Amino acid sequence: MTSAIQIEAVHKRFGAFNALNGIDLSIEQGEFFGLLGPNGAGKSTLINILAGLLKPSRGSLKVLGYDVQSQYRQARQLVGIVPQELVFDPFFTVREMLRFQAGYFGCGSENDAWVDEIIESLGLADKANTNMRKLSGGMKRRALIAQALAHRPPVIVLDEPTAGVDVESRQMMWEFIKKLNRNGHTIILTTHYLEEAEILCNRLAMMKQGRIVALDSTANLLNSLPGKNLCLKLSSESIPLALQSLLKSQDQNSFTFALTEVSQIESVLSELKKANIVVEDFQLLEADLEDVFIDLVGRDRA
Amino acid sequence: MLDYDINLKRGANLRGPWTLFKKESLRFWRVGMQTVAAPVMTALLYLLVFSHVLKSSVQVYPGVTYTAFLIPGLIMMSLLQNAFANSSSSLVQAKVMGNIIFILLTPLSYLELFLSLLAACVIRGVVVGLSIYLVAIIFIDLPLVHPWMILLFAVLGSALMGTFGIIAGIWAEKFDQMASFQNFIIMPLSFLSGVFYSIHSLPPFWQKLSHLNPFFYMIDGFRYGFFGAGDISPVVSFSVVSVSVLLLSWLTLVMLKSGYKLRG
Repeated sequence: MTSAIQIEAVHKRFGAFNALNGIDLSIEQGEFFGLLGPNGAGKSTLINILAGLLKPSRGSLKVLGYDVQSQYRQARQLVGIVPQELVFDPFFTVREMLRFQAGYFGCGSENDAWVDEIIESLGLADKANTNMRKLSGGMKRRALIAQALAHRPPVIVLDEPTAGVDVESRQMMWEFIKKLNRNGHTIILTTHYLEEAEILCNRLAMMKQGRIVALDSTANLLNSLPGKNLCLKLSSESIPLALQSLLKSQDQNSFTFALTEVSQIESVLSELKKANIVVEDFQLLEADLEDVFIDLVGRDRA
Repeated sequence: MLDYDINLKRGANLRGPWTLFKKESLRFWRVGMQTVAAPVMTALLYLLVFSHVLKSSVQVYPGVTYTAFLIPGLIMMSLLQNAFANSSSSLVQAKVMGNIIFILLTPLSYLELFLSLLAACVIRGVVVGLSIYLVAIIFIDLPLVHPWMILLFAVLGSALMGTFGIIAGIWAEKFDQMASFQNFIIMPLSFLSGVFYSIHSLPPFWQKLSHLNPFFYMIDGFRYGFFGAGDISPVVSFSVVSVSVLLLSWLTLVMLKSGYKLRG
């Protein structure tokens, strides 16, 4: 089966700066794929090259087997891109923009029912005849997603779709995007909200300084850190010196300790007892994506 | 698995460029007060002032009043400026606002992109020119010796300036740069092209200089269509204007194909 996205040895230089240093990545049809990484890791550069907005310095990218440069017509028919910036055309209404956008891809009135379905599913029905200028930020974001979907692309790329979006808009967007994924659309997502990626994506790539530093199923990545987080609420705001090395974070008298194995709980508790500190609350949590992320990418996450 | 044959099949139709043309035309039509009515008003003011001040002193061609002489020049000047404004303002605005990506993400080829933008420029130029003409003939008697020549030069002139507007729109990164283009290139070229006078009334040096101005040929050929007389042969004007259209179109296509300032 043809891969939805096939990226081979892609490099991108901006002057002396290497934004991408040899990206190899293949995403299969029907995947819900997450692309994570700190600001400046190269996620948007990679997406913009995929979209044809930038040209790679080296390497090749294919959408469902079609090269994004030499077969750009086919490649662009097959992919819908939701850009990161809230851009809009101030001259037209939501419905007009969607019809135009579909029209650029060769769709005619036969596509109007689909446009209406997107408007409905993204909760834009009230605003369909409103000028783009007059929409709130959340609504503009929904309209951007709608625009990327207007030509019914099998592969959908969302670059930070939930940045600055209210909870209701976010819920609505994810429900719709999950539905599209169930219907067979391939979804590629970049996000800063790691919980979102953890819940939604079946596979993840983590990027750092223009390279992919981890690529695996979400479950495997989460299991890659055997440790657990011990969250304690204590009677004191300071802890014995012996425990400092395990301390991950502290908020007043709430402490999180990073344990490599469960048996360490015993020693933590006995140290606390020796110091006459009382445990007021206790929680043991699995390592989450953020831990994996920090472990792989470092603490410079924005 | 999702069937995407339908996406691939629709690649071959002409709806894409047609949609872009429609959008670019609707864009100026929606703000018709600014894009059509305002140029008509400006042209009428020029007509009122210049014809009043100069009507007794100048006669350019035998049997043609100065007021009548002035009208084709004013029509052409507005037509050229509006054709330029359509593509240049659309592109620079889309670049500044960022919504240019909605065009760049589509499968439209650079040739389709060029022709769609250009066709909208020609429509705006011709609509503005026709509006001025229709208002002017209420007040002034104007002959139409070669109507097809008038249309030919109107289309070629707006195509030339529309193309120039695309180049300017691709190049400019902010509104300020576009204003410089308009104020320091388009305005001087159109004022010094023989809109308000026959270049035969100029000293020899300035006559020679006028021959280097492409606006002169567009206006003279256009005017020839009305009066059957001009400063130079309409064949020369036609040749200069057509060659200019071809050269600028070629340059624009090279720019679009390379992705200059549009695709990094």
